[in-house]
Amino acid sequence: MTEILQVRDLHKHYKDVKAVNGVSFTVKEGACFGLLGPNGAGKTTTIEVMEGISKPTSGEILYRGEPLGPTFRERAGIQFQSTALQDFLTVAEQLKLFGSFYPQGLPYDELIEVCALQNFLNRDASKLSGGQRQRLLLAIALVNDPDIVFLDEPTTGLDPQARLNFWDLVNKIKARNKTVLLTTHYMEEAYNLCDEIVIVDHGKIIAQGSPDKLLAEHFQDVIIELPQADFNTQAAAKIEYRILEKVQPVVQIITSDVNATLADLLSCQVSLSGLQVRARTLEDLFIELTGKELRA
Amino acid sequence: MMKRILAMLHARNLEFMRDRSSLAWNLILPVLLVVGLAFAFGGENKSQYKVAVMADDLAANVQPATILHPILKTQYVTFYGVEDQQETIAKVSRHQVDMLLDLRTGENNYWVNSDAVGGYFMQQLLTASAGPEITKQAVTGKEIRYVDWVVPGILGMNIMFGCLFGVGYVIVRYRKSGYLKRVSATPLSSTEFLIAQILSRLLIVVVTTVVVFSGTNFFMDFRVEGRYLDLLIVLITGTFSLLALGLLVASRVTSEELAGGLLNMLTWPMMLLSGVWFSMEGAHPILQKIADISPLTHMLKAARSIMIDGQSLVGVSHHIGILLAMGLVFIVLGAWMFKWTSD
Repeated sequence: MTEILQVRDLHKHYKDVKAVNGVSFTVKEGACFGLLGPNGAGKTTTIEVMEGISKPTSGEILYRGEPLGPTFRERAGIQFQSTALQDFLTVAEQLKLFGSFYPQGLPYDELIEVCALQNFLNRDASKLSGGQRQRLLLAIALVNDPDIVFLDEPTTGLDPQARLNFWDLVNKIKARNKTVLLTTHYMEEAYNLCDEIVIVDHGKIIAQGSPDKLLAEHFQDVIIELPQADFNTQAAAKIEYRILEKVQPVVQIITSDVNATLADLLSCQVSLSGLQVRARTLEDLFIELTGKELRA
Repeated sequence: MMKRILAMLHARNLEFMRDRSSLAWNLILPVLLVVGLAFAFGGENKSQYKVAVMADDLAANVQPATILHPILKTQYVTFYGVEDQQETIAKVSRHQVDMLLDLRTGENNYWVNSDAVGGYFMQQLLTASAGPEITKQAVTGKEIRYVDWVVPGILGMNIMFGCLFGVGYVIVRYRKSGYLKRVSATPLSSTEFLIAQILSRLLIVVVTTVVVFSGTNFFMDFRVEGRYLDLLIVLITGTFSLLALGLLVASRVTSEELAGGLLNMLTWPMMLLSGVWFSMEGAHPILQKIADISPLTHMLKAARSIMIDGQSLVGVSHHIGILLAMGLVFIVLGAWMFKWTSD
């Protein structure tokens, strides 16, 4: 895979705030690259500098080895975290308007089919549901048949069906050998869609690699969960655990030896009927790396 | 480049045309004002009389300091100094001034239109006053109704609001909502975007003004002494200048509240000082100087010169020149300062 985008020692400062503080990575052509991080970590600032919307304080972004220029603008498709469109225009008119800004593009029929816009093509774009609106914004990002597509938290606020539907669309884009750069709060989304991720916090990269590789690097253990009601004092004295506060609190045991832990539980006469064993997820990794404190 | 500009122009026009309430307001408000004022004033003359005075020691537009004639002591009559005799005689003929008194050494003439009510009364007052004998110079001419005079003002005011808010406020709204940010991610340049915005609004304002003017003119038969084509050119240059001013205001502002405040700060003085509702003739010279900074003043002066005085385009070329110069300065500054986003 060739490198389509290179980010080199990127800094972006706003007065006293260092939103991005020395970030470097490369994005391979045809890959889905995820930029993850808690609120205020610098994801959107990073992606906006990469998109050419915002200028870096220092550092450089190279598209196919060259600084961002008019060619990049023609070859990139962008879906912002929040955006508005012109009022009183239908979905078809919005597509036509944005399509006219580019010298090349996807045929409209194809675009409409890929993003499943057929059923509301003549509807006022301001009267769409959340999922429909995201599909339209994705179609606008694809209108120029871009080589690289930036998706900044595209599924935030969508219901589970609309989110799954959107994942299908992203997979379709990947199948066309497009490069996708995605920011998201949903670790499940990043795990399912991304070939490579970086986790940023306080403007710096704190982890980078493929989701499976990162999980393998950070975790050699699994999580055993069982209802607190089934746990007893004998087990509590013998096994290290933590309580997950829920309506019905859950005991979490992190272990690298499942058999031994299960044997300990049985020896303490703990009922295993409500027990679950699960592998560590990207969300566990995210929490471990970025902490649990509430971000602004 | 043209393809992008035309696409944006078309989209903006669609947005305006489909916003029914805004469109209706743009058409109905000026019609209501013209019709309302026509009924309110009904072609009646003003209640206070106005006499222009020429004298050796008078600076133009200054209330006479020296009593040269007993009639100048008369109360409830506005006396004001003038320098241009021919221009003032034309105003007497059109009933805009009740009398011109020329009291300069060796002159002692007065001009009055006996067909005008005010002219008749002022002549009776002059005859009854015990001053030196002054020779009457009769003037004839059809009266200018208030509605003939005020219609360019009302349309000009509507154009001013349409331009400043239609471009200024809309661009700030686009910026705040993130639409400009989205557009900035495409190959459309800021120059192309601004040209499209200005052309779209220019087209809309010119078409709606022509429709409103033609519609009201059909019923009220305004006095138009000059050529309609010249009037259209004044309309286009004036609109361009006001649009450019709106663009300048909107070049960087991100808050709709601030934009509204700035636009109100510009429109209210223009509405009051540019001669929309009443003539600034006789107003304090400083106010007249301030009024001359406003593009609306030049647009209205040029329009009235064509409509009422029958001036040609050459006769109002200095106003056209000022409007174009102001427009170019505003647009260059606005484009230079323009930012897609608040960053």
